[in-house]
Amino acid sequence: MAGTLIYAEVQKGEIKKGAFEIASKAKEFGGEVSACIIGKGAEALAGQLAKYGADKIYVVDGPEFENYVPETFVQAFVQVAKTVQPSVIFCSASAQGKDFAPAMAARLNVGAISDCVGVTKEGDKIIAKRPLYAGKAYAMVEAVGSPQVISIRPNALGAKEVAGAGAVEKVAVSLDAGKIKATVKAVEVAATTEPDQTEAEIIVSGGRGLKGPENFKMLEDLAKLFGPTATTGASRAAVDAGWRGHSYQVGQTGKTVSPNLYIACGISGAIQHMAGMGTAKVIVAINKDAEAPIFTKADYGVVDDLFNVVPALIDEIKKIKG
Amino acid sequence: MNTVVCLKQVPDTETLIKIAGTTIATDGIKWVISSFDEFAVEEAIRQKEKMNAGKVTIVSLGPDRAIESVRTALAMGADDAVHINDGAFYDKADPYATAQVLAAAIKGLTYDAVFLGKQAIDDDASQVPAMVGELLGLPVVTQVIKFEAAADKKSATVTREIEGGQMVIDVPLPAVFSAQKGLNEPRYASLPGIMKAKKKPVDVKNAGGLGVSAGPMTVIKEMSLPPARQAGKIIAGDDAKAKAAALAKALHEEVKII
Repeated sequence: MAGTLIYAEVQKGEIKKGAFEIASKAKEFGGEVSACIIGKGAEALAGQLAKYGADKIYVVDGPEFENYVPETFVQAFVQVAKTVQPSVIFCSASAQGKDFAPAMAARLNVGAISDCVGVTKEGDKIIAKRPLYAGKAYAMVEAVGSPQVISIRPNALGAKEVAGAGAVEKVAVSLDAGKIKATVKAVEVAATTEPDQTEAEIIVSGGRGLKGPENFKMLEDLAKLFGPTATTGASRAAVDAGWRGHSYQVGQTGKTVSPNLYIACGISGAIQHMAGMGTAKVIVAINKDAEAPIFTKADYGVVDDLFNVVPALIDEIKKIKG
Repeated sequence: MNTVVCLKQVPDTETLIKIAGTTIATDGIKWVISSFDEFAVEEAIRQKEKMNAGKVTIVSLGPDRAIESVRTALAMGADDAVHINDGAFYDKADPYATAQVLAAAIKGLTYDAVFLGKQAIDDDASQVPAMVGELLGLPVVTQVIKFEAAADKKSATVTREIEGGQMVIDVPLPAVFSAQKGLNEPRYASLPGIMKAKKKPVDVKNAGGLGVSAGPMTVIKEMSLPPARQAGKIIAGDDAKAKAAALAKALHEEVKII
């Protein structure tokens, strides 16, 4: 038993960036790097994993893998894992990865360490760093069993291209249809090209100070200026007021994010919110209340009415961009 | 409809976390039901009320103090509870060991569905629901935001949140469901509910009594606090427009993001 097996997630016909990040980390740790990619049309994508260090790429392709259904994907992956016999399995802690990793680990009768933001290697052991309490604390965690199943938060590690040609092998898996009980009736994915908050590089977020749902349009306009890696977020107050869907909520009972830039508009900075975005590289706060706790953590603070600042900021950024 | 709800008692989200060895200092903490588990409790009670039949059983792993959160769920309308009070397990806070204990306790019960929160808001692992399902040999649907059981209780149609959208799934019962925010609005316990809860049966067990001996599969070696963020600079300017211009300049020249 040796080497690392990574689970490469496919979404909207593309390999997710997180897969390249975990492949790069596996390569850095040394030993053979195998990848397992599952999805309808996955075969056409598989070669891309070689660029990030995968020596061997196992492809599970077919119409039954069009939609992610945990039981189907777990069965397929576990068959590949039994062939590869890795000592470490990396997944991305994306929305799908959070569903997949624990089910897969339990099927292999081992534990899992989820949503890690850093991994180091000591001998054969992986030491994983993961946030607790939405980032109010961090733990260094080690797995007891083998393989060591670890899911890593997207954006936490960089992806690095390497020279090398991985061998692609199409695998035929036999599915136990009797165990696949859930059937997908419908999938509705919004036509947006915005990234998920957990994977965005720039987040423009709004709180109670926005005063109403219609004013989030202004934040969307600002986010758009930053390009396709930007999106919008919201505080719990804004979500609970019904101004924004809960999938936008940043904080301890929402999403934990670590973008390069977080612009908080009309957000006071409650402890639960700060926990969820405290690892952003740069925090900008716009709030007319100079006493708002967010100013004690923000790299740049603007004490003024956001309804005047945000439109002016949009104009100024447009000017800079020419 | 008979349901089981797994519930974890956690520090209130207001808590300022302090480290004590490989765990946290518990002095002064206000303990509450993990917020996603509240959605699970509420959904189970609603299903019972809707069908006008069945019962809701709470299963919780935790120390003596966890009984307060169990009683809160009973006061909301759950009927009885199993409290696994076993320090060898809850102290180590490992998802797989937790799932094994919960699954062992659930195995002896009669149920059509198991509800859990999508994650506990202390260790944020998001692992236990999928693992409990695996150990019980039942289908699992995580991140549920809408739940509808068929009248014959043989299946359910549920909506789960996926990245950037939703997925509607048909699943036969019994099955395991993890609750996401948006599923419902949890009720507060009423005063009569609180009085009744005191008399509802709670079965206290330990892991050995459930036939579980496996220890944790992951070990916390060290805990730390995130580096404290310092206040940066307040952008000066005569009016909002001038401040916005200075901020845009800083984002362009210092942060280099524009």
